[in-house]
Amino acid sequence: MKSLIKKLVEAVGPSGYEGAVRDLVKAEVGKLADDVRVDALGNLIVRKGNQRSDGLRIMLSAHLDEIGLIVTHVDDKGFVRFTSIGGVYPRTLFGGRVQFLNGSAGVIGGEKIDSADKVHALDKLFIDVGATSKADCPVKIGDLAIFERPMIDLGNRLVAKSMDDRVAVAVLIETLRTLENSPHEIYFVFSTQEEVGTRGATTAAYGIDPDLGLAVDVTATGDTPNGIRMAVKLGGGPAIKVRDAGMLSDPRVVRWMSDTAEAAKIPYQLEILEGGTTDARPIQLTRAGVPVGCLSIPCRYIHSPSEMVDTSDVQNSVRLLTALLSNPIHLK
Amino acid sequence: MTPKKAALSQVPKIEKAQIALLERLSNAVAVSGAEGEVRKIVMAEIKDLADDIKVDALGNVLAVKHAKTEPALKVMLAAHMDEVGFMLVDGEDGLYEFETVGGIDARQLPGKPVLVGKDHLPGVIGAKPIHHTTADERRNVIPVDVLRIDVGNENGKKIHAGDRATFATRFQRIGPSLVGKALDNRLGVATLIELLRHSPAHIEFQAAFTVQEEVGLRGARVAAYALNPQLAIALDSTPAGDLPRWDGEESPRYNTKLDAGPAIYVADQGTLSDPRLIQHLLRTAETYGIPCQMRQPGGGGTDAGAIHKQRAGIPVVSVSVPGRYAHTAALVARLDDWQHTLALIFHALQDLTPAILEPDRS
Repeated sequence: MKSLIKKLVEAVGPSGYEGAVRDLVKAEVGKLADDVRVDALGNLIVRKGNQRSDGLRIMLSAHLDEIGLIVTHVDDKGFVRFTSIGGVYPRTLFGGRVQFLNGSAGVIGGEKIDSADKVHALDKLFIDVGATSKADCPVKIGDLAIFERPMIDLGNRLVAKSMDDRVAVAVLIETLRTLENSPHEIYFVFSTQEEVGTRGATTAAYGIDPDLGLAVDVTATGDTPNGIRMAVKLGGGPAIKVRDAGMLSDPRVVRWMSDTAEAAKIPYQLEILEGGTTDARPIQLTRAGVPVGCLSIPCRYIHSPSEMVDTSDVQNSVRLLTALLSNPIHLK
Repeated sequence: MTPKKAALSQVPKIEKAQIALLERLSNAVAVSGAEGEVRKIVMAEIKDLADDIKVDALGNVLAVKHAKTEPALKVMLAAHMDEVGFMLVDGEDGLYEFETVGGIDARQLPGKPVLVGKDHLPGVIGAKPIHHTTADERRNVIPVDVLRIDVGNENGKKIHAGDRATFATRFQRIGPSLVGKALDNRLGVATLIELLRHSPAHIEFQAAFTVQEEVGLRGARVAAYALNPQLAIALDSTPAGDLPRWDGEESPRYNTKLDAGPAIYVADQGTLSDPRLIQHLLRTAETYGIPCQMRQPGGGGTDAGAIHKQRAGIPVVSVSVPGRYAHTAALVARLDDWQHTLALIFHALQDLTPAILEPDRS
């Protein structure tokens, strides 16, 4: 599974431009699925199984897109100004390397600032692509870039850009591979534009009209020195979301997920996230409303170019998801 | 005549009649939620231009002109009718408290003449004269809640809480420029009327003159649900911040520039435009030699933000006429930028086929 994750996290797919990542996923899932389609917003929708009398229509969602940068201006000397696509923290940028969709590369520099303790605001930063004028600059207004960073394998821990949410994309692919004899009609959605406001899942959910929804995404941890106060830690097992800033999980779904984990002896943690949300929110709010939950993979340094996950959490996420989907579901 | 020249000769021209229509649209009062006056002008203009015209529950005008050939793409073009302005909330003796409707900078308000309500009753946003202010007061913004619209005692009896008001600016043509209030987005409305008049026969043309854009894209949301198009283009006006900097340095932030043609959106606060549609517009501009510019990615938004998330998803792009001083008492736009915007969309529609949606979105 490490090689699959490596392939996915090293692919280029900022919000709105997920085509390259989608092609990778398509190649992995083609033989495993009953139906594969791409909708108007670029969501990859993979159906497995037909609904049996004791089964449900279930939508799973893991997003393909990653945060990135977009060019706003090229100045006369060839320096490139930019703004963010999704939640980019300016403190992660200075000195970083970026890769443009058109293949060009660059490094992020900044204007002179008064104090070494200060962080550059976004509009005080620029990308140096090695150009000397507007004419020889290989990028133009509207071109997108992502953070260039190969994955490193630390044994039990993996570090890369876009673990958020490619590690969950890998989890969905592995679950699709593992799952046998489910009573459910399951839509594995590899969604787009999550980082700019869960837009892809909004239209995918409308199109699928599911009975039950589960997002699979990463969540923050509270296990680093002087970190945020949060009960989730790396290696503690998949986190079952109770709430985040945009969504309250259906309590019946939380119970079903926890009971299943306990019965299958899979370690798990309960997650209460104070900021952010996931694709579960638009699924919950589509049409007349849908019961939803979210399985989260604990991840350190989210939205930095070096996001860290624990391989046992990843494996256990596949196990839990497979256990959840293998039997009829009676929410109570 | 070469085929390109022949195509160019069909482009609808902005002439006296179009400018006169823009003038009427600009001078009309249609603050978000009370768009009736502009809707009336639109309805009169388009009554013979579409096969099916209706006003929906929120007040959007939805006009469909059927294609004459099959298979036809269903294409929605949206332009919002509403403008930013004020709503009177309370008052007596001709002095009214008010709130702003849509994005208005409080610094723009004191001393401005306004028009109130359906009857365009004249008023003014009162300001303390310089004789009575201290140096300290003059440095600070006067918050909206201490400002009043003064309509004079006589008209005060005809005014009610909930009435809308807007800037009293009258439209003017000044050389190459168009100056008026609410050109965001009466430029889009006027463009859409011309496009409906000259729509290509192979497209199912869905014109949506929308309401309540300035307060959160509310009209477009239900319009897109009802029309359920295969793709959509939002026509709007976007700020041009291209004034020279005081120190002569190159400004990296201007959003768009006047005289650089229609502004094509890649990314704003609400939308990542469909790359297939961006490419189609850029190809069209190149083919017909129409100047255009990329709007700097960043904040702001258009009806596209609501349209693309409707139902199972709708590919969208936005195109705006650039204008200086948007959301103030007077916006300055260029006639040529408007003409080029009309030409760009006209040709883009002429050359649009279902093949555009065959490759998946990148």
